[in-house]
Amino acid sequence: MVKTAADGVKELATPLSDADVESLRAGDRVRITGVLYTARDAAHGRLLPLIEKGETLPFDPRGQIIYYTGPSPARPGSVVGSIGPTTASRMDKYVPALLKLGLKGTIGKGYRSQPVKDALRQHRALYLGAIGGAGAVLSQFVKKLEVVAYEDLGTEAIRRLEVEGFPAIVLYDCHGGDLYQDGQKAYARAGA
Amino acid sequence: MRDVHTSAISDAVKKLCMEANWSLEPDVLRAFDRALGTERSPAGQQVLQILKQNAAMAREQRIPYCQDTGFVVCFVELGQDVHVTGGALDAAINQGVSQGYGEGYLRASIVRSPFDRVNTGDNTPAVVHVDVVPGATLKILIMAKGGGCENRSKYKMLTPAEGVPGVKDWVLECVRTAGPDACPPLILGVGVGGTFEKAALLSKKALFRELGSPNPDPQLDALERELLAEANRLGIGPQGYGGDTTALGIHLLAYPCHITSLPVAVTIECHAHRHKEVTL
Repeated sequence: MVKTAADGVKELATPLSDADVESLRAGDRVRITGVLYTARDAAHGRLLPLIEKGETLPFDPRGQIIYYTGPSPARPGSVVGSIGPTTASRMDKYVPALLKLGLKGTIGKGYRSQPVKDALRQHRALYLGAIGGAGAVLSQFVKKLEVVAYEDLGTEAIRRLEVEGFPAIVLYDCHGGDLYQDGQKAYARAGA
Repeated sequence: MRDVHTSAISDAVKKLCMEANWSLEPDVLRAFDRALGTERSPAGQQVLQILKQNAAMAREQRIPYCQDTGFVVCFVELGQDVHVTGGALDAAINQGVSQGYGEGYLRASIVRSPFDRVNTGDNTPAVVHVDVVPGATLKILIMAKGGGCENRSKYKMLTPAEGVPGVKDWVLECVRTAGPDACPPLILGVGVGGTFEKAALLSKKALFRELGSPNPDPQLDALERELLAEANRLGIGPQGYGGDTTALGIHLLAYPCHITSLPVAVTIECHAHRHKEVTL
């Protein structure tokens, strides 16, 4: 159940349901509380063959959100270092297969392909944006971190994050809405 | 001849790497403030405010401004009356990078080969460019260059007939295609002229000029202003959410070129414009 807070921000709790996803629109600001799994290029490269062979993944993707990030190392006593999003389009080719398994969202930055947009609509899922380059600010919302797979990949290992009020914005919704398109159209000026 | 020991070089590079990642330079922070004065989009305003907050947190807590702590690009201006003692210049720089990234809790983002992609674990090696210049000092300029924006950097060989309008169109095309992937507001380094590799080098060097300062060449300065105004009419805005602040600066450097050529290289830099320099 997605609730709207007094400041207009939608409060999301993982795991997400189809109804949660369907209630959100591109441009909605959200705060996520629950679990995020980190994975980027190298981890996705290992997940795909497992999916193709029908093997079990290191985490159950149903209802979950993958955060495309490779955090910087934590100082002693800290949960994590800096943890902002990486460019999502590099993971586009892996998205449809993961959504088919029940993944409900990804967090990243930047444009995505039409096949990703189509898959979001088909499987009822979201593409969320976190502010690229705001890794210090974003680190304060991560309360717990553990490596769940591929520790040898260093920053690219799959980590399970427990987050509280992690701020994001809906970039692509499951109804075809696209914040980049709408936002940029509103501010483009003649002659540009 | 003046001796400069490699240990002084390693120490300097180590410090520059850590400080660049923790503490944005004042020119970038001033550019955020200027943008806040002109940005019409509420979403854009909010992003710029968060970036300022991010810079303050990074500085106070000594954690990186961005988790991508970059590829170290190092320009060395080596005075021809300097004698580097104690070992190799390149090794000294890489030792500084290794120490800075390790002791500074900065991310290791470099793989040893573009093919087998095994992480080197300490963010080495740096990309090092050495210019021998008159004098007896050794100047080190470093940039911690983010991967997301670097991936949107581009090169094009224009024809002389395409001229200034061709250069303008190409630069704006680069801003358009960089879009939100490169973390706008962007800074562009543009190298025009020279050969294929010279233009690319100029495009990196151009980024070291203070943001908001005029280009010393009045013609290039006028072109920079035109380009910046046009880039900021595209509507991409902070993070691509829509707005007026797509770029904070566009810096040009030009060099003589062949009668057949008009090379243009564009290095795309994100708002995490981490640059520092020191003179030994």
